[in-house]
Amino acid sequence: MAQATSLNWVAIDNDPRFQKLHRKKTAFLWSLMVFSMIYYFLLPLGAGYTPDLYKIKVWGPVNVGILFALSQFIVAWALAGYYAHKANAEFDSMAQDLIQDAEKIGGLKK
Amino acid sequence: MTKRDHWLKGAVAAALVAVSTSALAQAAVADKFKWLTFLVFGVIIGITLYVTYVAAKRVKSASQFYAAGRSVSGIQNGWAIAGDYLSAASFLGIAGLISLYGYDGFMYSVGWLVAYITVLLVIAEPCRNIGKYTLGDILAFRNEPKKAKTVAAISTITVSIFYLTAQMVGGGVLVKTLIGIDYEVSVIVVGIVMLTYVVFGGMVATTWVQIIKAVLLVTASILLVFFTWLPYGFSLPGFLQGAVDSVNIHGQVTKLIGDAAKNMTAQELGQRFLEPGLFLKNPIDQISLGMALVLGTAGMPHILMRFFTVPTAKDARVSVIWAMAIIGGFYVLTLFLGLGSAINVGPAEITRIDKGGNMAGPLLAQFIGGGADSYLGNFFLAFVAAVAFATIVAVVAGLVLASASAMSHDIWVGVIKGERATQEEEVRAARICSGIVGAVAITIGILAKGQNVAHLVALAFAVASSSNLPAVLLTLYWRKCNTGGIMVGMIVGAFSAIALVLVSPNMTYPLQVKAAQEKIIKGADDKLAKLNADLTAATDPAAQEKVKKDIAAQDKAKKGAETAIAALKGETTSIVGLEKPLFDLKNPGLISIPLGFLCVIIGSLLYRDERADSMWDELYVRQNTGILAAQASH
Repeated sequence: MAQATSLNWVAIDNDPRFQKLHRKKTAFLWSLMVFSMIYYFLLPLGAGYTPDLYKIKVWGPVNVGILFALSQFIVAWALAGYYAHKANAEFDSMAQDLIQDAEKIGGLKK
Repeated sequence: MTKRDHWLKGAVAAALVAVSTSALAQAAVADKFKWLTFLVFGVIIGITLYVTYVAAKRVKSASQFYAAGRSVSGIQNGWAIAGDYLSAASFLGIAGLISLYGYDGFMYSVGWLVAYITVLLVIAEPCRNIGKYTLGDILAFRNEPKKAKTVAAISTITVSIFYLTAQMVGGGVLVKTLIGIDYEVSVIVVGIVMLTYVVFGGMVATTWVQIIKAVLLVTASILLVFFTWLPYGFSLPGFLQGAVDSVNIHGQVTKLIGDAAKNMTAQELGQRFLEPGLFLKNPIDQISLGMALVLGTAGMPHILMRFFTVPTAKDARVSVIWAMAIIGGFYVLTLFLGLGSAINVGPAEITRIDKGGNMAGPLLAQFIGGGADSYLGNFFLAFVAAVAFATIVAVVAGLVLASASAMSHDIWVGVIKGERATQEEEVRAARICSGIVGAVAITIGILAKGQNVAHLVALAFAVASSSNLPAVLLTLYWRKCNTGGIMVGMIVGAFSAIALVLVSPNMTYPLQVKAAQEKIIKGADDKLAKLNADLTAATDPAAQEKVKKDIAAQDKAKKGAETAIAALKGETTSIVGLEKPLFDLKNPGLISIPLGFLCVIIGSLLYRDERADSMWDELYVRQNTGILAAQASH
């Protein structure tokens, strides 16, 4: 990896375009992360402390607990899809821009 | 003919001879249908060995051996991740849990999918952008390379060996239960087949074996669910009503809740199976396990390693999306497999063959094909048994490759040779290390015969989540993280996880076992006294016969309890010298994960490391953008 340090990384880090990418990504990723964790841990917490809620039948024998557990799958897939969409539409092109201009901003010392 | 061809043929011959000459014991597959199982086994082994043969020609460089030349596509890698991840424990174990405990089994499966959210959002792409072949490479990027690689390799090997032992022992028992070949023989066969893939085909063959296994697993599950669900017109309430109406399930719920069942109607008993609380009693333990799963998966070295096989970060993203679709879809199917098996086969019959419920899926396959005496039923059972075998081999191959890479790439090349090794030397070292790890896996598998290894899977996840994940995450996202932090954090995280498990209820506590068994003996004695009184009172032969039968059953229960007490050999303490658990949680994650993070933070703040600081900009820019990712790959 020795050749990698030939770019001026501090300059790229300080580039407004990188800063914008960094801010957008950080806010987006960590908010999705926190949401998914809270949603997931509600399942065992609910089963442990409010089991009566899970027993309410809503569709024949299908109760709230089963629907909530199934919804975990749907939510996980939806979050993954949303992230992929956002990354494909926004983050990738922003990163591509930086890759193309990396030598200009970072001044290759080779 | 090259030397390699001979070795390959030898391995096949050895495996076949070992299987065919071993004593065939009582198993799920009846004797007269065993040839079917061996035929399906043979076809799968044949195909995967052919793939290995083709792959072996390609594997000349380190990049080929560790990372399949970074030529795996996103979709292929998604299937391979699923193949790497869906172990026999999830394939057979979760369907088994659902068949025995209903709702709780299904709830248990959720965390295994949610874990990939962490992988997708914060781990996969950055690791692809800055990593090379191993966990050690990620940590060595900005931390002192030799120290980082040493601690990463130790952690990788620890996690992999725990997981590997669980897989080998579980696999050995499984193959024995399914087709009746000796435990030792199954362990050796699994070991030889897996070693052949890894040593000759490296990551190229391992990837394809994992893809083939995942495709087989998904196909088998979809077919089984199709035929299980068909009679209910593919209606979800209809199918669940079938479970509520099932006499088999009423019996199981009665057994599980005991006296509480007396005042319940049959419908209420059936509905109870679809409600929480039959298996998972302690929500805090659940949270702790959940934390280990959702953070541990992202720290599993064999999963991390898969992201180095794709060309770009975007492909890494695509692979997680595919993996989530496959893994999540599979766990939804297990709801139908588990309940279908409970309805059609029944928990009593499932536990008769295997107490843990692992045979729920295979027995359902047999039922769907027409039952124990039909050709189609046995063909289905044979197919599922062969898929289970492929499952074990594919997971074990991934684990062996991860720990061998840590030994050869991190320790031998990185630390001992100071990064000065030719491609040829490195590939040779990697092959030798694979052989060593494989031999260790086989030996441990045989030595651990009869041991309860279920908690080792939880332990592997606990160590990965408390040691690897905090170090990787903070290295990637926190400017002040440095060598001191990752060293302290990884060591404390791993040791606290292991220590807490050693003093947890997972261990065997002889005094508790004795108390429980003595209660059984006392119960049996009381019942026997009453039954003997009944026997003298009973007048007609039919009633006498029934009482005699009950007496025999109680005698058997008493004998079983006495044997269990005798097996303790007068010991009074667990292997670490405790009479009772010091720590109530079965999974240490709740304590050890925050502790791991805390130690990385404290260690980093107390340690001065100029390199970690000066490399931060480069790492952060590169993990976010992928600049130079292509160049750094080879």
